[in-house]
Amino acid sequence: MCKRPLEVEDVLTRVIVANGASVVTALQEIQNNYGYLPEEVLRAFSRKTGIPMVDIFNTATFYNAFSLEPRGRHQITVCVGTTCHIRGAGMLIEAVSRLLEIQPGEVTPDREFSLETVNCLGCCAFAPVMVLDGKYYGNLTAGKAREIVGRIREEAAEGAPEADEGESGGSREGVC
Amino acid sequence: MAPALKRFAAPEEVMKVRQSLEGRLDGNRPRLAICGDTGCTVCGADGLAAAVKEVMERKDPAGRLELKVTGCLGFCEQAPVVLVFPGAYFYRKVKAADAEEIVEKALLQEGPVARLLYTDPSSGKKIACAGEIPFYRHQERVLLDANWHVNPLDIYDYLARGGYAALLKVLGGMSPGEVLGEMKEARLRGRGGAGFYTWLKWELCRTRAGSKKYVICNADEGDPGAFMDRSLLEGNPHAVLEGMLIAGYAIGAVEGIVYLRTEYPTAVAKLDQAVRQARELGFLGEDILGSGFAFDISIVRGAGAFVCGEETALIRAAEGKVGEPRQKPPFPAESGYRGRPTVINNVETFANVPLIVNRGAVAYRAAGTENSGGTKIFCLVGKVNNSGLVEVPFGTPLRKIVFDIGGGIKGGKRFKAVQTGGPSGGCLPEEKLDLRVDFEDLAGAGSIMGSGGMIVMDEDTCVVDVTRYFLNFLKDESCGKCFSCRVGVDRMLEIVGGITEGAGSEEDLALLEELALVVKDTSMCGLGQTAANPVLSTLRYFRSEYLAHVREKRCPAKVCRALFRYRVDEDLCSGCGFCARECSAGAIGEGPDGLYLIDPAVCNRCGVCVEACASDAITKE
Repeated sequence: MCKRPLEVEDVLTRVIVANGASVVTALQEIQNNYGYLPEEVLRAFSRKTGIPMVDIFNTATFYNAFSLEPRGRHQITVCVGTTCHIRGAGMLIEAVSRLLEIQPGEVTPDREFSLETVNCLGCCAFAPVMVLDGKYYGNLTAGKAREIVGRIREEAAEGAPEADEGESGGSREGVC
Repeated sequence: MAPALKRFAAPEEVMKVRQSLEGRLDGNRPRLAICGDTGCTVCGADGLAAAVKEVMERKDPAGRLELKVTGCLGFCEQAPVVLVFPGAYFYRKVKAADAEEIVEKALLQEGPVARLLYTDPSSGKKIACAGEIPFYRHQERVLLDANWHVNPLDIYDYLARGGYAALLKVLGGMSPGEVLGEMKEARLRGRGGAGFYTWLKWELCRTRAGSKKYVICNADEGDPGAFMDRSLLEGNPHAVLEGMLIAGYAIGAVEGIVYLRTEYPTAVAKLDQAVRQARELGFLGEDILGSGFAFDISIVRGAGAFVCGEETALIRAAEGKVGEPRQKPPFPAESGYRGRPTVINNVETFANVPLIVNRGAVAYRAAGTENSGGTKIFCLVGKVNNSGLVEVPFGTPLRKIVFDIGGGIKGGKRFKAVQTGGPSGGCLPEEKLDLRVDFEDLAGAGSIMGSGGMIVMDEDTCVVDVTRYFLNFLKDESCGKCFSCRVGVDRMLEIVGGITEGAGSEEDLALLEELALVVKDTSMCGLGQTAANPVLSTLRYFRSEYLAHVREKRCPAKVCRALFRYRVDEDLCSGCGFCARECSAGAIGEGPDGLYLIDPAVCNRCGVCVEACASDAITKE
């Protein structure tokens, strides 16, 4: 997802020129560039604009889309919309959580995987749904989810080429 | 073939181009429509479209057949979906490998590919034409009809269907007051949830002094299980833009903003393209079609916060601030975006506006009820056979939606509840199925219309667990401004959580009810005021299920983990041991007779063993 990050100064100049003082859009730009919101960039942004750090932090933690921590190289998002919930999303999360030994919102110590939840992806007909590196998997069961994540983990451990990056990050292809 | 994008300077030029586009979307013109919505794409529509294109290049060099990648075609359950014209043949679960045959048949006009047709479950017969499939037949698809025909990335498709005719009509001789009069006569009500009369909002804003006013489109569709607005934006974005333009004209605004959910990247891209095309053709910008009316639209992306669907919170978020609601009055129509009078309506509301202007209020109102004119789009999902996007007139009974359109419950299970209105809506039981969907009727039954999510639950769904789910959602999404919502929802969650874990008592139910009413009465914004609905509606209709949890420590649906256990049926167990191998808790062991046993004290009820068992021997008790 995150391409080569730009220099802090360049990002800030672009953010401020493009958006004036809208904190939300500025944070969106910063996160687009780094994949998360690095503290030093937020501090530099605060110094440059005079917006107090507490306001920036308030905004960054209010919205779900922002992350103050770097995410894993492989991002797993499990939909926990109502339909996914009644069709067993909780079991998916548990299975993936147990396999990777992390809770939703956390990153594995080797920074290979991060696990997140989302309130609804709007493909309820295929619930429960999980997205791994931009690829959607529908009609899942706990076992299937574990198998999919396990396969990617094995590939990662074997040092497989950076298969999915660039190509499918953001595409909506998938399996259902 | 399409004329180059050239700015229209006068209405006559639009008419001329429209004439040249006549027949472009004619039902007899051979073409394929492949659904390009998220659901179908997830199931492989991208690859399918590429395959069809490749075959068409080979077999149809003359270009007799046309391919359109459209917005949501509605019947998500059957994804990926293809429509073939002429005939409107409906193909379901289509694979890239089917491309060859589809194109061949379409070119020869030899009728449909029979094996890809939908089979009616009641008669067992194949149905060729989409309009005859019960899922579609029982609907009244006025807004969604465009999704079958229009390429959302091409403004000329919209023009060919009479797009921007309503704008022309308005600019060509309707006063703002007359536009408002039409909206009033049409009984158009806000589709975002509260059902406020659109004309009243507009009137309030129009009569405010000051030249700087705003039109905001609320596209922050945050209810889980609802994607109506996304489907409109991705399938027919110009209808929404046209509605905003007319609103701008009616209230005297020159600027419009679409506040769009960041979780919808495709909608952002499509809307962005639509805005650019509208601008290039002169439907947006200065002196629109030589009328002197100026209006432009920008897109602001949200950052993920449910509360931002509330209008005052959304306005703050659009200003780039923390999206907390504020006390009303003043209403946004008096003091909204940047302190200026602002009209804020939902995507679907705006999409209805051109329809009303074109057809006239009286014809529009022919569908709907006394108080609510027109149709409403619902997202019918959950444990129902036909998941998808459904459009029906206001006043349609729930039963018709769930059973005639939805085809009843999956796997022959029993219907338990239908949940309307998103997380702050309510669960309605079987005896309420004859209720007509309308703002007042749903509210009277303790639920809300909300934006149109409709989630069907069967006997295997535990309503206490679902209530816990909604409270957990609302706890996370409460902005925290009001004490009663912030703390009240949390306490309700604690109590309901306790009940699902078998630690609840009957007194808890009374406490829960009391607390729910306090949260309802003392929260400031619409979200807080409705946050108690899941609790109140389930206590009202499903008290017996709560009682089973607290009195008998039993979960009738066998969902609450503390209240059921897994057991291996000795008569069915083949002794293969798959279950033990898959069990990550180490709770399954081989018994003396070679059959397997589950230790309930160790088992964490993850259910993986059920999936692993080849002989369906593991059951809940």
